[in-house]
Amino acid sequence: MPEQLALTGNEAVAHAMRQINPDVVAAYPITPQTSMMQKFADFVADGLVDSELVLVESEHSAMSATVGSQASGARSMTATAACGLALMWEILGIASAYRLPIVMPVVNRALSGPINIQGDHSDSMGTRDCGWIHIFSENAQEAYENTIMAMRIAEHPDVLTPAMVCLDGFIISHGVESVTIYKDNLVKKFVGEYQPHYTLLDAKHPITLGAMDFSDFYFEHKVSQLDGYNNSHSVILDVGSEFKKTFGGGECYEFFEAHKMDDAEYAVVVLGSTAGSTRMVVDDLRAQGVKAGMLKIRVFRPFPYEEIARLLAPLKGCAVLDRSIAYGGDGGPVHIEVRSALYGQSPVPVMLNYIYGLGGKPIEPEHIHSAFKDIQEAVATGNVKRRVGYLNLTE
Amino acid sequence: MAKLKDLSLKPERLTGGHRLCPGCGVPAVARMALLATDAHLVVGASTGCLEVSTTIYPYTAWQCSFIHNAFENVAATISGVEAAYKALKKRGKIKDEFKFIAFGGDGGTYDIGIQSLSGAMERGHDMVYICYDNEAYQNTGNQRSSSTPMGSNTTTTPVGKESYGSVGRRKDLTAIMAAHHIPYVAQTTSDNWKDLNRKLARALEVEGPAFLNILTPCVPGWKYDGKDTINLSRLAAKTCFWPSYEVDHGKWKLNYTPKEKLPVVDFLKPQGRFRHLFSPENQHVIDELQREVDDQWEELLVRCGKK
Ligand SMILES: Cc1ncc(C[n+]2csc(CCOP(=O)(O)OP(=O)(O)O)c2C)c(N)n1
Repeated sequence: MPEQLALTGNEAVAHAMRQINPDVVAAYPITPQTSMMQKFADFVADGLVDSELVLVESEHSAMSATVGSQASGARSMTATAACGLALMWEILGIASAYRLPIVMPVVNRALSGPINIQGDHSDSMGTRDCGWIHIFSENAQEAYENTIMAMRIAEHPDVLTPAMVCLDGFIISHGVESVTIYKDNLVKKFVGEYQPHYTLLDAKHPITLGAMDFSDFYFEHKVSQLDGYNNSHSVILDVGSEFKKTFGGGECYEFFEAHKMDDAEYAVVVLGSTAGSTRMVVDDLRAQGVKAGMLKIRVFRPFPYEEIARLLAPLKGCAVLDRSIAYGGDGGPVHIEVRSALYGQSPVPVMLNYIYGLGGKPIEPEHIHSAFKDIQEAVATGNVKRRVGYLNLTE
Repeated sequence: MAKLKDLSLKPERLTGGHRLCPGCGVPAVARMALLATDAHLVVGASTGCLEVSTTIYPYTAWQCSFIHNAFENVAATISGVEAAYKALKKRGKIKDEFKFIAFGGDGGTYDIGIQSLSGAMERGHDMVYICYDNEAYQNTGNQRSSSTPMGSNTTTTPVGKESYGSVGRRKDLTAIMAAHHIPYVAQTTSDNWKDLNRKLARALEVEGPAFLNILTPCVPGWKYDGKDTINLSRLAAKTCFWPSYEVDHGKWKLNYTPKEKLPVVDFLKPQGRFRHLFSPENQHVIDELQREVDDQWEELLVRCGKK
């Protein structure tokens, strides 16, 4: 029987790591990730896992050591947030180029400056093009499940691409929820053994990894990396459906959750924990007779362009919520992708973008209501007052 | 103690054909290191001359496993490899015995990589870190590092009307590593193969981290005739510019005392990077460099119980 435990998001992910029992884990503290690795350190101290826990002196070294250990054929994990992820940035691209299927929980937190420890998505968005898969979680349950699924996706022989499991700082990482923890042996069986293609520790077949790659091969290698990356598209769906078959439960094992979208006229597109309030607002609006819906994106990278286009094109209007800014870009990063997905569709919905929740600024149902109101108004009047706006900004 | 003849019969783990400069001090040190053990090896190198010249895709000069990650993180990278080895051994997934060596230039070690190095050593990983010290960022064209000697003409401390070259004393990295109280720390020059071989063997044999700092002359950076690499290394030892010593489990030991301590000018003279120091207005730089060498030598004698 699965267990029902009262856990924070960080503890739930630590339980996933306990069940995965990676060969090597590199740990370094940063709010709001810290309590995740503390929990994992408890598991090590209590002998519930036998991972090598490497207490590195920085996140740069956490990712560097993880690259070294994964390249040695050891299943390797680390976790971070905000400044820590930024410090790793250089090595993130090396991990993905070396095709090392590292899985890393990222507890989303606002990037300095000014310094702020609360949740937004500026950290992981800053690593958007580092060649990692980005899977977002709405709550502790999803963060737990995504960590398990990410392992299978990253390690799939056609993919071999590292994956981030994103969970909103504090809201998910520190909020206590009732979480279903599946049976250890079932999770272990689902995750399986890591079967590396090449390792530094194969005495009979020594390898050179990280050679100098000039213009005669570099481009070709990058495209072959991209091919592997793109293979994750179908693998994500396969792993999701196998997970559902094995464990039942859950809702969101595909690219996104489409809540009341079948006949929707207006929708909000959202990532992460804000989906909870959005779903509630949608249900409220439905009760009032408004054909509202929600698209909660689970997989931000690879971005499911076609699937999203199919879903959104028939709408009258939609609002994309972004918890980070793409400076000099068209609003926020999610908005940019959604607009791009709709290129070539006809007709297209009226589209608004809202930046919200930066540095942990609360987002209340009333703010989401106001976004729905704005779209309805824009559709009714044919007049878009402000294409990119803000929710709960004191102006 | 290994015989040179026996070493010469061992299979090469760093083959010829790599693209390091003729006369470069680095490959001799690297080959010596690899010959100092019969165990399987995983070698790492930080971005720099050794790395770029030995692994130009699709070629590699390394006959053992090799990883290059980035510039500042070879110590962390190899610490991850060693952690993987421990984990996989524990879980019965690996039978073979491996040893681990990280190579870094002085830029990658004294400067940008010192945090990663300090962390890996402090954590106690069973690995050997070898700094090949050519006293500047050479791969990018002889820029000053914190190992560059006073008065050196580098591309970021060029000699000019207002400049006699690099300013200030060199960072004493070997002593900094000794202060980590790891099992074995040593420094030496690249001319003395016996000393080199013994120290490398010792570094590989001790359990836990070891650090070696080896002076490796650089033909284009130091601007001397490539045939003089070994002579120059010897002069570095004979002038006490680069003393040979070791700290084995906390015991400081001097490994070479010149019969007659030569003046530092003997080391400076053959090198173009110091040529300008020999005009009268720069005599004070030579004097100051001599004081630096003397101070460090005296300090070392005390540490090694010779005074
Ligand atoms: C983070 C980062 N900064 C700068 C560089 C550029 N860079 C590459 S090699 C190098 C010089 C390396 O110098 P050193 O470590 O002394 O080794 P050497 O070139 O002398 O072998 C520099 C500055 C880099 N690759 N990465």
